[in-house]
Parts: sequence; structure tokens; C-alpha cells
Amino acid sequence: MDVRSQVAMVFHLDKCIGCHTCSIACKNIWTDRRGTEYMWWNNVETKPGTGFPTRWEDQEKYHGGWEVHDGQLQLRSTSKTKTIFNIYHNPSMPTMDDYYEPWTYDYQHLFNAPEGPDQPTARPISMVTGELIHIEAGPNWDDDLGGSPVYAENDPNLKGLSAEQRAQLSAVERLVFFYFPRICNHCLNPSCVASCPSGALYKRGEDGIVLVDQQRCRGWRMCVAACPYKKMFYNWNTGKSEKCILCYPRLETGQAPACFHSCVGRIRYLGVVLYDASRIEAVASSTDEKLVEAQRTLILDPHDPEVIAGARKNGIHESVLESAQRSPVYQFVKVWKIALPPHIEYRTMPMLFYVPPMSPVMSNQAEGTIHHNSEDLFHDIDESRVPLQFLANLFGAGHEGFVRYALRKQKAVRWYRRALTVGDVEMATAERMLREADCSPAEAEAIYRLTSLCTFDDRFVIPPMHREEAIQMLEDPLEHKQGAGFGFVSGPRRGT
Amino acid sequence: MTNPFVNQLLFAVVPYLAMFIFFLATILRYRLAPYSYSSLSSQFLENQRHFWALVPFHYGIVFVLTGHVVAFFLPQQILAWNSRPLRLYVLETTALVFGLLTVVGLLGAIARRLTVSKVRAVTNGFDWVVLAMLLAQVLLGVFVAIFHPWGSAWFAAAISPYLWSLVRFSPDLGYVAMLPVAVKAHIVLAYAIIGVTPFTRLVHILVVPNPYLWRRTQVVRWYRAPKEAA
Ligand code: SF4
Ligand code: SF4
Repeated sequence: MDVRSQVAMVFHLDKCIGCHTCSIACKNIWTDRRGTEYMWWNNVETKPGTGFPTRWEDQEKYHGGWEVHDGQLQLRSTSKTKTIFNIYHNPSMPTMDDYYEPWTYDYQHLFNAPEGPDQPTARPISMVTGELIHIEAGPNWDDDLGGSPVYAENDPNLKGLSAEQRAQLSAVERLVFFYFPRICNHCLNPSCVASCPSGALYKRGEDGIVLVDQQRCRGWRMCVAACPYKKMFYNWNTGKSEKCILCYPRLETGQAPACFHSCVGRIRYLGVVLYDASRIEAVASSTDEKLVEAQRTLILDPHDPEVIAGARKNGIHESVLESAQRSPVYQFVKVWKIALPPHIEYRTMPMLFYVPPMSPVMSNQAEGTIHHNSEDLFHDIDESRVPLQFLANLFGAGHEGFVRYALRKQKAVRWYRRALTVGDVEMATAERMLREADCSPAEAEAIYRLTSLCTFDDRFVIPPMHREEAIQMLEDPLEHKQGAGFGFVSGPRRGT
Repeated sequence: MTNPFVNQLLFAVVPYLAMFIFFLATILRYRLAPYSYSSLSSQFLENQRHFWALVPFHYGIVFVLTGHVVAFFLPQQILAWNSRPLRLYVLETTALVFGLLTVVGLLGAIARRLTVSKVRAVTNGFDWVVLAMLLAQVLLGVFVAIFHPWGSAWFAAAISPYLWSLVRFSPDLGYVAMLPVAVKAHIVLAYAIIGVTPFTRLVHILVVPNPYLWRRTQVVRWYRAPKEAA
């Protein structure tokens, strides 16, 4: 056992209101420089939808992540030998057209336009070339377009859904969508790191944050192709790749990352988990249906004396251990099992987990009267408006069991609380539901509290990072304002 | 170019000057501005023509340059290889084919930079200087290959000894004095390219990532080294 610590995350999708505050918080801090305008280290997608970049989940096109070949874990897009031949031109590299061309408006024209019969307008101009452009896509372009034949119907996660289910997803009065906020997953088996020919990408040993060493990146762009979540971005101006840094300068000073801090729906949780680094490769090579469970076994019980001893042996600080014991992520993922990894079949072992959203059909209308379906307890989970298979393609490598388990437990908790506070539901029924959902009243209470009543300190249990001695901290933060934000004080100028 | 002073300058002074600038400036740049070392790839902005230009160019130039380096280090072996005419023809033709591949790729790259507006937006003066020098150099190379054949033989017999005399700090210009003008120009332009390299994007050649081939797949950096697992 090789015990390491990782700052892990949970996003509770049932609470996301799709306000994009998180994206804006991130953009304002990190990606408002030339060459980064098109990047969204945090973005919020409408599901079903095509996402950003367009259809990023279609690995037949993008070749991201890992696959198992004769029992061997291999990158889909590259390998050590392939790199020699593909370094001049990366065949799996997405281009700006897969994202969008950033633009601004010619505001000066509003002031300088000669007198004429019409009001002057500010026409869009490309932020790359400065020329007038015709806008064809933009950030968050398919926002709220659930049911759209252009976007929703081209979601790669619709694979395996029956024609009926697909039709139901876009039927005018029943169409349904939910939000899917995404950042880099700071994976345990990051394909971005594994693909970098320069060794510029690395995982921080102490907290597992995945970073690009900007001084060593040479713009070979293997990582952009290799990350299956398309959370590696190429800065076309400086010729370097950039990614979400989990706001490590904020974490190191005890603050939550900007997107977490600003989250309006309070859907985001962050905390340390301890994991067994010696088994990553074995777990990542498991078969599809075992992956979710196998990844859970990587995460270790921070109260287990053996784990604690292993952690101490590896130099994990007591304060980090204590933080791991209070981690909300550990509760959601390992104890309650209601938070699931996104697309675990890419085998990067993501460390961001999602509580799948509920969309049960509570009642339906027939001949003008409303019929409640709820006596059947759980049947509505299987008849969710978002088909289980769709959620399973996102969060269970195609296997519905994990998603069903998480949704049943969530529903049972609601009924239990409803029996307690509103009283229009029989407590006996609620308790039966809890039992059937593999949940005790105490657990239900804990889930309820961490979901609904959670304070800032409940959601973000940030370990002391013990990087006080880091030299960056002795420097004037204002000097960094025009810098790249990567810990060195020079402007991100393009090399010649 | 028969003037001995000019000869002296071009073939005994310029090479040292170029090497001096090259080493000093690349090392300084690497230490002071490591951020500026990048391939500055523009594939993200335009994909298709990038393939048809940059792939032939790189395959061509890598092969041709390797040929020059081999001839420099192993002149005797090259001469031995060439001792049978058939093998000489094979070598010369292959080299010419790769040279032509380089020209085609380079022309494609230049055309792409001129016509794709997004790519033009990330092109600066140095890029044009580099492209112009490379084009001139590669065209000269192909010209020499066609009109002064059996270069693989006379490179080993004349250029290699000359270059080695430079390495030994006792330039022996006897070897170069008799060379055709095109060859001389090719040599001088090579020095010029070496001299400007540190100020251009060409530095990416120096940071070609060979350690990738033998490093461990995953990279972890510790702020404090972890205690050795007992
Ligand atoms: S999500 Fe992508 S960029 Fe982030 S660690 Fe995983 S593979 Fe790397
Ligand atoms: S800020 Fe929170 S609630 Fe709003 S879109 Fe982002 S994740 Fe969802």
C-alpha cells in the first residue's frame, strides 16, 4: 500500500441551476489573456447536448483517454513510438473550429462612424485576426437547448437508448435537460501527463493537483489530444498548453477555488481523500462493469489504523489526515456511494465525482386529472424523464446499476425527510424505502444535512498545504497581475 | 569569392562567430527566458494544410540533416559505401528525394502562412526571416545535388576534412577553395542559419523530447521528497 493524499471534488447535479457564475469567476481570474480567450477551464454544459468542444465525448473522433490492449493500458491517441512520428502533426488534435473563434465588437465604430441614414452598429471582429467575422459558435452555445435537433440529439451519450426514449427526450411538452458543470478532474491516472513528451505536465505529490510546467512545455500538444475530457487547452498565442490549476494559489492559502467559492447553487464540495497509489494501474485496467467499484477501492478509509500508519510512513501530515477524516467527498463517494465518476471508461480515474440528478415522473396527466404515481415507491426512478441509460452512459460506463442505486437513495432520503417535516407521507413507507435503498435513518439525516444545510466549512474541508515556505508567497502578488498566473513573474509573451 | 580575404572571412571567421553566437545566445535564452522555448505550433488554428506542409517538410529535413551529420562524423564509412556505383546511386537518389520533399513541404508552409489569416496573425518578422533562409538553403541544396552530383562522395572527401579542421581550430581552407560557388553559398548560409537560430523559433530543435522514450509514464513532483517507503 502506497498511501497518498488527493484533493478531490463532488458536484451535486441536483442542485446546479445552470447560472454559469462558476465559469465567469474562473474566466476573470485565469483566462482573460490573449490566446486563452476561447478557453473555459470551468464550463457548464446542458445535457443532453453536444458540449464543449463540440461532441468531446466522441472518442472515435478525439481519441482521448486510455484503452486496454491485451491486458495493457495504453493511450488511445499516442504512445512513445508514435510520438516520434506524430510530433510534427498530431493527427488527433482538435482545432479552434471544434471550440469557437473568440470575438469582440468593433465598438469604436459607434463613435467614429460617419453620419448616415442608419444607426451605426458594433460588428463582431475576431480576437485572433482582428478581421470581421461571422459568429458560428461561442461559449456555452447550446445552453438550455434541450430537445434541439442540432445539439441535444447529437449527444454521444444517447448511445444505446431506444428510439422511444430518444423521442421522449425531445417531445415538446416533456423535453428535459440538466446541467453538467465541468472542470479538470485532476485524475489519478492522467492521460495528459502520460502523453507529455517534455515531462512538463505533472501531478503534485502532496495534493494531486495536475499542472503544466509552463517553463518546460514546448507546445507539442500531445496532452490536448490525450485528455478525454478536453480539459487541456492550447494557447495559440504563446505556444504553450494550459489547464485548470484548481486555483492552487487559493487552496494554499486556505481558500476554496474560485468556481467552488462562487457557486450559487452550492453544489460543489471539496476535500481530501487518501488513496492507494500502488494499485492505480491495476484498477484502471479493470473491465468496464467493474471500473466504478474498483475505483472506490482505491480510496482508503481515513479512520483505518493501517491506512493511517501507511499515510504517516509516506510523510502525510497529521493535519492532512485529520482533514481527510472530515472530508465531504469521502462521505459522498465511499460511504454513501451516491457520487459517481464521469466517464470512468476513459480510465483516467477522475477525482471529481457527480451526484446524478433526479428527474422522476411524480405524476402524469390523463384526461384532465392528475394521477400520482408515487405509491409504487421506486418505479419512477426507472421511468425518469432523463432515461437511466443516458445517466449510466455518463456516470456508470454504461451500467445502470450504480446510477439507480444513487437515485434510489436520494429519493428515499427525500421521502424520509418529507415524512418527518411535512407528514403527508407514512413514516412506515419512508422507512421501508430507506431499507430498500440501502440507507439507515442516521445516514439519511447525514445526507440531508450535507446536501441541504451545508455551510461553507461543511462543503470545503481544505487541508493545510504546508507550502508556507514556497518562495512565491514572499513575492508581491500585485506583480503577478499581468503575469501568466503560473508562479513566475514575467508576462506570457510569445517566443520568436 | 576567390579573394583570399573574403575566403578567410567566410570560411574561417564566420563559422566561429556563428557558433559563438549560437552557444551564448541559446544558453542565455534557455536560462533567462525558458518560457520562450516552444515549437509555437499553429496546428490548432489550421489543421489540413498543416499536415500536407509540415509533415513532408519535417521528414525531409530530418533525413537530409541526419545525412549531413553522418557524413561529417563517418566520412570513411560513406566512402566505403559509395565504392560500388549502385550503392552510390541509391544514396544520392534517396537524398535528392528527401531534399525535394523538404522543398515541397517548405513551400506549402510558406503558402499556408501567407494565405490562412489566423496563421498569419501568429507570424512575426523572425518567422519570415527563418522561412526565407530555409527556403534559400534547401533550394541551394537541391541545386547542388542535381548539378554537382555525387555530393555524398565529395562531402566526405572535402567538406568533412574542412569541418574537422575547424573543430581542431586550424582552419584549412585548401579544401574549400576549389568548391563551386553554389556549394560555398550553401556552406555560408548554413553558418548564417546557425547564427540566427537562437533568436528564432528554431530553438525548438534543441528541446526535442528524447527523455520521453525512457521516462516513467506518470510524472509526480513533490514539494518535499516523500519519505522512502521502507
Ligand atoms: S481531466 Fe484531463 S487534463 Fe485533467 S487530469 Fe484528467 S486527463 Fe489531465
Ligand atoms: S455556479 Fe454552481 S449552480 Fe451555477 S452553474 Fe456553476 S456549478 Fe451550477
